[in-house]
Amino acid sequence: MRFAVPIFPGSNCDIDCIKAVEDVLGEPVSPVWHQESDLSGYDAVILPGGFSYGDYLRSGALAQFSPIMKGVVKAAQEGKLVIGICNGFQMLLEMGLLPGAMLQNDHLKFRCDIQELTVSLNETPFTSLYEQNESIRIPIAHGQGNYFCDDKTRQELEEHDQIVFRYQGENPNGSTAAIAGICNRERNVLGMMPHPERAIVEWMGSVDGVRLFQSMLKHGEENHGAA
Amino acid sequence: MYKAIIDVTLKQSVLDPQGVAVKGSLHSLGYESVSDVRIGKRMEVILESVTLAEAERDIEEICKKVLSNPVIEDFSYQLEEVA
Amino acid sequence: MVQHEQTQIESLPFEPSAEEIKKQKLYRDMGITEEEYTKICGFMERLPNWTEIGIYSVMWSEHCSYKNSKPLLKKFPTSGEHVLQGPGEGAGVIDIGDGQAVVFKIESHNHPSAVEPFQGAATGVGGIIRDVFSMGARPVALLNSLRFGRLESSRVRYLFEQVVAGIAHYGNCMGIPTVGGEVMFDDTYEGNPLVNAMCVGVLKHEELQKGIATGVGNPLIYVGASTGRDGIHGATFASEELNESSEEKRPAVQVGDPFMEKLLLEACLEMVEKEILLGIQDMGAAGLTCSSAEMAAKGNMGLDLDLDRVPQRETGMSPYEIMLSESQERMLVVVEQGREHEVHAICEKWGLQSAVVGQVTEGNRYRISYQGERVADIPVSTLVDDAPVYQRSQKIPDAYHEMQKFDAEADLKDLDPQTWLPRVIASVNMGSKRFVYQQYDHMVRTSTAVRPGSDAAVIVIRDTEKALAMTTDGNSRYVFLDPEQGGRIAVAESARNVVCAGAQPLGITDCLNFGSPEKEEVYWQLAKAIDGMATACRELETPVVGGNVSLYNETKGAPIYPTPVVGMVGLIQKREHITTQAFKADGDEIVLLGETLAELGGSELQLLASGNISGMPPHLDMEKEKAVQQLTLHLIQAGFVRSAHDVAEGGLALALAESCISGGVGAHICMETKLSTTTTLFSESQSRIVITIAKEQMEEVKSIADQYGVPCQAIGKVSDDAYLNIEVNQADVYRFSIQELSRLNEEAIPCAMNQSLTTMN
Repeated sequence: MRFAVPIFPGSNCDIDCIKAVEDVLGEPVSPVWHQESDLSGYDAVILPGGFSYGDYLRSGALAQFSPIMKGVVKAAQEGKLVIGICNGFQMLLEMGLLPGAMLQNDHLKFRCDIQELTVSLNETPFTSLYEQNESIRIPIAHGQGNYFCDDKTRQELEEHDQIVFRYQGENPNGSTAAIAGICNRERNVLGMMPHPERAIVEWMGSVDGVRLFQSMLKHGEENHGAA
Repeated sequence: MYKAIIDVTLKQSVLDPQGVAVKGSLHSLGYESVSDVRIGKRMEVILESVTLAEAERDIEEICKKVLSNPVIEDFSYQLEEVA
Repeated sequence: MVQHEQTQIESLPFEPSAEEIKKQKLYRDMGITEEEYTKICGFMERLPNWTEIGIYSVMWSEHCSYKNSKPLLKKFPTSGEHVLQGPGEGAGVIDIGDGQAVVFKIESHNHPSAVEPFQGAATGVGGIIRDVFSMGARPVALLNSLRFGRLESSRVRYLFEQVVAGIAHYGNCMGIPTVGGEVMFDDTYEGNPLVNAMCVGVLKHEELQKGIATGVGNPLIYVGASTGRDGIHGATFASEELNESSEEKRPAVQVGDPFMEKLLLEACLEMVEKEILLGIQDMGAAGLTCSSAEMAAKGNMGLDLDLDRVPQRETGMSPYEIMLSESQERMLVVVEQGREHEVHAICEKWGLQSAVVGQVTEGNRYRISYQGERVADIPVSTLVDDAPVYQRSQKIPDAYHEMQKFDAEADLKDLDPQTWLPRVIASVNMGSKRFVYQQYDHMVRTSTAVRPGSDAAVIVIRDTEKALAMTTDGNSRYVFLDPEQGGRIAVAESARNVVCAGAQPLGITDCLNFGSPEKEEVYWQLAKAIDGMATACRELETPVVGGNVSLYNETKGAPIYPTPVVGMVGLIQKREHITTQAFKADGDEIVLLGETLAELGGSELQLLASGNISGMPPHLDMEKEKAVQQLTLHLIQAGFVRSAHDVAEGGLALALAESCISGGVGAHICMETKLSTTTTLFSESQSRIVITIAKEQMEEVKSIADQYGVPCQAIGKVSDDAYLNIEVNQADVYRFSIQELSRLNEEAIPCAMNQSLTTMN
């Protein structure tokens, strides 16, 4: 399974995502500069965290105009797996591949911690190896992770089972319905604020991110026979 | 040339935590008359458009597509001709 | 020596003329004394014009020249078997084997942070990051050491909140984890907070760069952000006392753009990787002036600068302004003639500007042209090598002798530990710093193996078994009471902290934050603290590979506590050696290594109980210190140690409580002592470490400790009952709920921040 990690000016979790794919899956993974627009040679796309374009204007807003986003949209339409982590999630919202928008954390401060999450939906290509409603620990690190959507969108998200991760305990940013991650209706596009790539080895403090990458590979192998 | 002065603010329905914090501070400073604070962004864009209509068309589109996120933000603008 | 025709170069029409500068003594506003002015005229063999005097003023400021501290700094050991680069470049470099090296430096940004805390702190972080990547290294971690007044003041709360936010803003955006540091609150810093930032990087030996200009005809290329009028005279500003008018100097504070710096970082490292560079230096303090003059001086070369080619974001800037601007996120590089396009290509990819702004020349002239005219012509070595050096006079403060006689223990030894441990643990200085480090991304780069909150942070080095432990330390209360002992302790404690993480201490970088060196008592403090630090560095074999001096930290004439901050880096050979302070398993034996003496002078207990500090600080015996560090490292490497924690501020009681809280377990302590119970629990005697081991290994550990001559006492066991029980001399019994201690510890800072609103006034 071939992974692409688009790199925007200001991305800073790109290497971490690449390392995670290499270390957890041992699958081929390539950094792709944002000026490229063709992602047809890849089976999955990871939009990494960071501060693309300095998060100027709105976080994730300017990245949507990079040429590579054409490739990302195409990959999503073709049913390939697209995951946006942190700043990547913000990009997916700004592009409209996922509904809603991101606001500043309600306490107005950046928050970095290992956070307890509930896997609210395990029937996705990203979470199939977790138990439904399983408690997991994944690091968060963001200043604008306060997911917002109107009531109607929220109802739709719930009706179509699109809420994949929820914060457990104290909500670290004030997000609507404690949402930490959502997917599209087709479930091949996932956006999440927590960083699974930061929870793959014991010394990192948690290994709960491992199964997310393994789930993606399992899906890839079952659906495309790609290895 | 035209200068557009654009205000982008959070929609009324969206909680503005920064505004809430500032309101709290103003209250504790004794400004009890302050009943609401909303914080937004002001941007200035210079357009080399020839006519006001052209400038309006462009700025409307720019505001919708780039400068604001319609899910959470409203925008308004003023256009003035500059030398 | 070539004789130059010394014709006068006139100031520009809108600037004071050379004659006016002399007559009206305008140089004094730039911080140049009359003697210095005379010296400059002698070097130039004529009167300097406005641009030239401006250049001298920043090059001869304390910040750039170390003119007040140089004779003292010479006492530091700066070389060692593994040192690849000592002081004098952007950052120090130490070999860590396998062709790799660690690069690190700490720097102050105190004065900018006092007037504009968010940007002051942010640009402090930006500057230290550039120092590290200008060496060719990939930055892997940030630390910071902060000092503020008491949080009862709303102005202090504002400063604290904004400084932390500024550091977070810059470091988080750069994607470099901020993994450690320290925060302390004390009246002495009320009007003059300290913001010291440290950056650690890693490089391969062949990637090591220097800030040097070589090869006649080679181009000097400017890379990065445009030059504006921000930060003019920042270096001079940093070398003055803060006063009422400091607020008016606000324009001197620069605005940081971490996004630009991230691009600059990637572009520069790409140039390093492609082996394009002959020399590279950050345009930091004193901007284009300092970077270009130092590069030329190091290469024994002259330099021709053409200011019309400098990218500018404001119009009508004078040569003086362009040369002295401290706009951020700029680098100066020298490449071989003909390779300019390679630099331009890389910059273009990253969306950065680059421009050839000068040329390396034969000889010793530092020449500047502007709008086709020569506007400065200075012998370059006089800017760097001939900067004045002052031997200041020293005087022992009267208070020092009084302190020597004071018995700190007398008033404290009968205090009730049941009351005072909760108070100590709930003080803002001992309280959890989660409020701070939660705002820093400390996990980006996925290499953080020990997160903030333990003795030292640990960063693993990918593709090796190795890891780096790092910490910043400096207890200014001890230094105030006895600068020499305090200096020793600052170094020794930082070394002890990295040892507790399982590392061999490698070397230090230091930031010396002191008052005005023109005050004899302050100069004495500086001299003695350096003596103490130098002794500890020699004994512990941790050379000083770089650092920074920040003098004139005073408000309304009162100096701050002398505050040397030590940034220590240690090497962990194997990941399995990584050790934390957290107690692990029920039944583990808790062992105190080292000896507890009646040392309560300058202690946290004294400060809290009496509202002041007095007496003598703990004494640091270098032999004992070396022994306990070597023993602990031996035990860790041999696999005996399950947790290790340095006993420091707050004494044994606090160390035990912290290890319980971190591990989420309790402990049953049962010990004998000839001292009073309170003294035993709260003494801040040095050279002590609490470790835990499997209980069946006690005999073996004891015999190893004997070989090192280190007192080794089993003082209790880890328990899973969520209480810290302390029994002393089978009589005094205390019992603390870990949950309660943890709550007090966690809430200390948030509560203090919440007292009322945070405003700018």
